[in-house]
Amino acid sequence: MELGIYSFAERLSDPHTGATLSPQERVKEVLEEIELADQVGLDVYGLGEHHREDFVASSPALLLAAAAARTKNVRLSSAVTVLSSADPVRVFEDFSTLDLISGGRAEIMVGRGSFVESFPLFGFDLADYDELFDEKLDLLLALNENERITWTGNHRPALTDQPVHPRPAQRELPVWVGVGGTPGSAMRAGRLGLPIALGIIGGDVRRFGPLLDLYKEEYDRAGHDRSAMKISVNAHGFVADTSQKALDMVAPYTAHAMQQFLRLPATSLPSEAHYRQEQESLAGALVAGTPEQVAEKILFQRDTFGLDRFLLQFSVGTVPHREVMRSIELLGTEVAPLVRAESRPGAAFGAAAVRSAA
Amino acid sequence: MGTSLQPRTIAVLGVGRVGTAIARTLLDAGYRVLIAASGDPERIAAIARIVVPGAEPRRASDAVAEADLVVLSIPLHRVSGLDPVEFIDKVVVDGMNYWPPVDGVIEQFEDAPQGTSAVVQGLLPGAHVVKTFNHTGYHDLEPDRRPADAPDRLALAIAGDSADAVLAVARLVDRIGYDPVIIGALAEGIALQPGGAVFGARMDAEQMADALGVRKPDSQVA
Repeated sequence: MELGIYSFAERLSDPHTGATLSPQERVKEVLEEIELADQVGLDVYGLGEHHREDFVASSPALLLAAAAARTKNVRLSSAVTVLSSADPVRVFEDFSTLDLISGGRAEIMVGRGSFVESFPLFGFDLADYDELFDEKLDLLLALNENERITWTGNHRPALTDQPVHPRPAQRELPVWVGVGGTPGSAMRAGRLGLPIALGIIGGDVRRFGPLLDLYKEEYDRAGHDRSAMKISVNAHGFVADTSQKALDMVAPYTAHAMQQFLRLPATSLPSEAHYRQEQESLAGALVAGTPEQVAEKILFQRDTFGLDRFLLQFSVGTVPHREVMRSIELLGTEVAPLVRAESRPGAAFGAAAVRSAA
Repeated sequence: MGTSLQPRTIAVLGVGRVGTAIARTLLDAGYRVLIAASGDPERIAAIARIVVPGAEPRRASDAVAEADLVVLSIPLHRVSGLDPVEFIDKVVVDGMNYWPPVDGVIEQFEDAPQGTSAVVQGLLPGAHVVKTFNHTGYHDLEPDRRPADAPDRLALAIAGDSADAVLAVARLVDRIGYDPVIIGALAEGIALQPGGAVFGARMDAEQMADALGVRKPDSQVA
C-alpha cells in the first residue's frame, strides 16, 4: 500500500500567536515539506487548489513542478484539481509537463473541492457543476488517450483533430477522482473505471463502506478490469512523538480553520474532547497520534476497505513548519515501516499484530 | 394536513451526503422512506439498495405525492425548479443551508432577512415549511443519535410557522433519536443557519434552549 500526504497550503493565522506567514514564506515551507516527504520515502504528495487569500496554491502544477526539480521518487499529485472550472487542455498540458520534469511522477486528482471561488473567477456557473464535471472529465480522459483530439461539448469550443503536446513520460497520466461522500460521485468514478480517492474527515470510517460497494458495483457493471481498480482514503491527521502532542497540533488548528472557513460560532467549535474521542477510537476518522497509533488506524482502514493508498492531510490550518516537518519525518521513518511490514505477503494480517505489539 | 401529523411515509428529495444520512435515520426509526433525485428513479436504484437499504427509489413528483412529509436536501438552487403545486398542504422539512463559499452565490437567497427557509417557503407557498437538521453535520447525525432516556442525548432545533407541522416534525426528531427544541416561527430559524447561534452546535436540549433563549423543552411537546 502506498502512503503519502497532501496539503491545501493554507496560510491561516496561528490560533495561539495570531501570526500569519507571507505567501512567499508559506510557499517556501510547502516546497521544503515536499522535499522532506521524498527524502523519508513517502510515496505520494498531493496539493489542493484554492483561489483564496488564505491559501497559496491556486496553481498546484506550478508548485509541484518546483518540487519535482528537488525530489527523486515521490509521486506528485493535485488534491484536487477543480476540473469543472478549468480548461482540461490546459490541465493536461500542465501535468504532462510536470510528468516530463519529474520523470513520470505526475498525477491528477479531480473533484469538486471544498470551495467554489474558482467558478466566478473563471466564468462558470456552479449550477452547471455536474454537467461541467462530466464534460470536462470526458475531455481530459480523451486527451490522455489521444495525441490528436476531436471533441465537442457545451462548455468549451470544439476541437477538431488538434494535437496536444507535450505527451507525458508515463503512457498516460493517472487520473484519480476525489469523492467527498456523495454517492453519485462514487458511482461516476466506478462507471468510468477510474481510481477513487475517498475523503473521510469525520465520524466513523466504516460509514463509508457502502460508498465503496457502490463504486465497485458500478466499476464491475461497466466492465472495467478489476486488477486496475485502485482505492485511496484521504484523511485528516498528524504524527507526533506523543498522542497529546499530535492532538495539540490538530485540535486548536483544525477548530481555528473551521471557524475561518465555516463561520462557526465560538460555541459550536469542536472541543479538544471531541477530537480526542475521534483520535482514540480505532474507527474514528482522525488519524492523529504516535507512529504506532497512526499505523494501527491506517491498517484498520486498509483492512476495512482494501486500500491501495492512504493519504494524510498535513496540516489542517497552518501548523508551525517545524512540527509539520517532524510529522513528515515520523510518517516516513516510523509509520511507513510499520505499515509496509504489515503489507508484505505472509506478514501477520491486519491491525491486530500492531495492536498486540504496541 | 390530516395524516401528516403522524407521518408514516416520508419522501427524501436529494441523495447526496445529507439526504442519504437523513434517510437512514428515518428508516431506523421505522418510517417508510421514498428517496428521489432529479430524473429517472432507476438511476438511484443502486444508491437505494447499497447506501440506503430499505428506501424505495421514486421519481420526485411520485415520492412527494405518496408521502405524508417531505424532507428537502437538494442543492438550494434547485428549489426554484420544484413544482409548488405538488407541495400544497405538505409538511416540508428544510434541511438545507445557504453557504456561498461552498455553494456559490444564489441571488434568490442573498437577500433573506427572514432566513433562507422563508425563501423556500416563498417558493413553495402551499407547503408548511419547517426548518431543522441544517445545523447539524451530516457525519454527526447518525452517531449522535440516542434513546429517549439517554443522559447524553443531543438536541435538534425546530422552527416553523405552522404549529401542527412543527409538532409533527418534533415527534419525528424525537423518534430518530434527538430531543426537539422548538424555537418558534420559521424566521427564527436564522439562528440555525451558518453564522447563527447554534449552527454546528452539538448541545443537549437545555443548552440549546439556553443558547436560543426559548423555554425548556420539557414544557414544549405534550
